[in-house]
Order: sequence, then C-alpha cells, then structure tokens
Amino acid sequence: MPRRAGAPEVNAGSMADIAFLLLIFFLVTTTIETDAGLDRMLPPIEPPENDVVIKQKNIFQVNINKNGQLLADGELIELKDLRVKAMAFLENNGDGSCNYCQGGKKDAASSDNPTKAIISLKNDRETKYGTYITVQNELVGAYNDLRDRESERMFKRAFTEMESEYIKQETPASVKEELKEKITRIQEMFPQKLSEAETSTSGGS
Amino acid sequence: MSKFAKKKSGELPAVSTASLPDIVFMLLFFFMTVTVMKNSDVKVENTLPNASEIKKLEKKDRVITIYVGAPTKEFQKVFGTESKIQLNDKFADAGDVGDYILMERAKKPQELQNVLTTSLKVDKNANMGLIADIKQELRKVNALKVNYTTYEGDAFNNLK
Repeated sequence: MPRRAGAPEVNAGSMADIAFLLLIFFLVTTTIETDAGLDRMLPPIEPPENDVVIKQKNIFQVNINKNGQLLADGELIELKDLRVKAMAFLENNGDGSCNYCQGGKKDAASSDNPTKAIISLKNDRETKYGTYITVQNELVGAYNDLRDRESERMFKRAFTEMESEYIKQETPASVKEELKEKITRIQEMFPQKLSEAETSTSGGS
Repeated sequence: MSKFAKKKSGELPAVSTASLPDIVFMLLFFFMTVTVMKNSDVKVENTLPNASEIKKLEKKDRVITIYVGAPTKEFQKVFGTESKIQLNDKFADAGDVGDYILMERAKKPQELQNVLTTSLKVDKNANMGLIADIKQELRKVNALKVNYTTYEGDAFNNLK
C-alpha cells in the first residue's frame, strides 16, 4: 500500500458548533447597559460662610406632596404645566437686564433675571421616586429648552447636542476645547440653580 | 480502475460551509467585546423611571452604583417588602452608604477619586425618604455628583 503524503487533515466540521455554543453563551449573558440619567450636584454639607440673602421673588418653590400633587409658587398645578411655568419664571426678566430673554413678562413679583433665578425643589418622604424624577426631568427640561434656544440662535446648534458631543470620549481635544467655550457661555446665560431642600417630615396634605 | 472512475455528474454540488466558523467567530468576538459582566446580582426590584433630559454616563470606571428598591421575591421572606438599599451584593441601611462610598473611592486610582459619580439606580416605586437619607449620607462624605439613572423615555410614564 502506498503511503499517503502528509498528515491527514483535522476535521474542522464541528468548529462551527463550538463557536455557536460560545456565541449563544455571550448572547445570553450580554446586557447592553442603560447607563444614562439625570446629572445633579448635591449641595455641600457645610453651609457657605457668607450667607447670601436671596429675595423671595427670585425663588421658585416647587413642592411635591406624598400623593404626587404639585405646588409651584403657591399654586396647585398639573405636572405637565410645570415646564412652561418654570420657563416663564426663569425668563421673567424683572429688572430688564437680560437682553437675550424672549417673552419675559417683566413681572415685578417674579425673578429679576435668569442668573438670579433659583428653583427650589422640596418633597415629602413618602413621595414616589418616579414622580420626583418626572419633576426633576421637567425642571431640567425647562433649563435645557431655554439653553437650546439661545444656543440655536448664537451657534446654530442645540445646547444638549453640543453637551453630549463634549462628554463623548471619541471627540478630539480640539473640538472639545471649542465646545467647552460655547457650553460655558450658554451655562452662564442660564445657570442651573436648582436647589434641593431637605425633605420635609411632616405628613401634611 | 475505480480510481479514475468519473464522478457522477448531474448532482448539485453541496454549498461550502467552510466559512461558517469564520462568520460565527466574528459574531462571537463582537459579543465578547461588548459584554459587560455584571459583578453583582441585583437583589432588588429595579424598574428605573423614564426621563427624557438625560445625559450618558460615558466613563464606566468613574461610577459607583447604588441600587434601591423592594427586595425581589426570594428575599422578601427575610427582608420584607419595604424598599432597601443594595451595596455590592448585600442589603444595607442608609447609614452604611457613606462607608461604602469611601471604600469604593479608595479602590479607584488617585486621579479619579475626585471626579467620581454616584449612580443611583432606584426603583420607581421607592419612597423619597430613603433617597433623602442616601443623599444626606453622600453629602457627608462629599460625594456630591450624583446621577439619577433612568431609562430614556417619556417622563410622564412614571406617573402611571
């Protein structure tokens, strides 16, 4: 019998099966992570050294009770109206120093200008987290809407879009530098002053 | 002379599957690279609320996660149905949050220790009381940057 040349080939037919097995394992264990959310800064625990006196009219008080009802600036309002109301407050332009505000009512009893306006959010201990997030979302949305508008006017680009490009890791440093400048400028126009007061313990209505 | 016998013609040649392993391997590598192995089981109900004004948490190595929610079915016998905090893979009280944050912070490289974000993954049915306690603890250890992690969607779905 003549000897065959070379070693016999290894049968690779089952390779696909093995690879499929591994593939299915990774398919099952994969969780595409949903890591996105609302960024917030908590106030530092030590009170600031020089107490700043804030005029009452510059504070937009939002209260959520345990049933999820909303009290904004002393009025009971629906959640869906909150964004519009917050925007009207921020843009009120009471002292007329804000030259980029549009449609400000210049109401003397409301905020002086966007840089002074503060939104204070207070909630009950029994408030549902979902409701709280909705309120937070609307308030952040109010800021974002205003910032987007100004950004659109000045740089022809939405603020939120620039911001998300800025945090992306792939963005080259030169672009980031440019974006940062624009972002800071918009942020200075509408600083996000959203204070979260300590939760009230009273059960109250 | 069977060696030179002509192959039967007329039959269709079989489709070559030789490249199948390559294709499957390609898929395999894709899933291998995108997989994030969870380092802890979530032992609490964790239906996050929806929000639309969200920002992505880009850098995973700068995030400390805290889970809050009612214990899942298998743990309800022991821990009850009230919302609980889960740190790593055990249940904890609000008082432990500060220590946990400090511990996690110490594990991170020096240059990241000041830029950490605390991601709060809270079930939408949890009460704010517990969250307020956590926030208070976070303030005590000066971990002021928080991210209320949510799903993307219409925020008004949370009210249903």
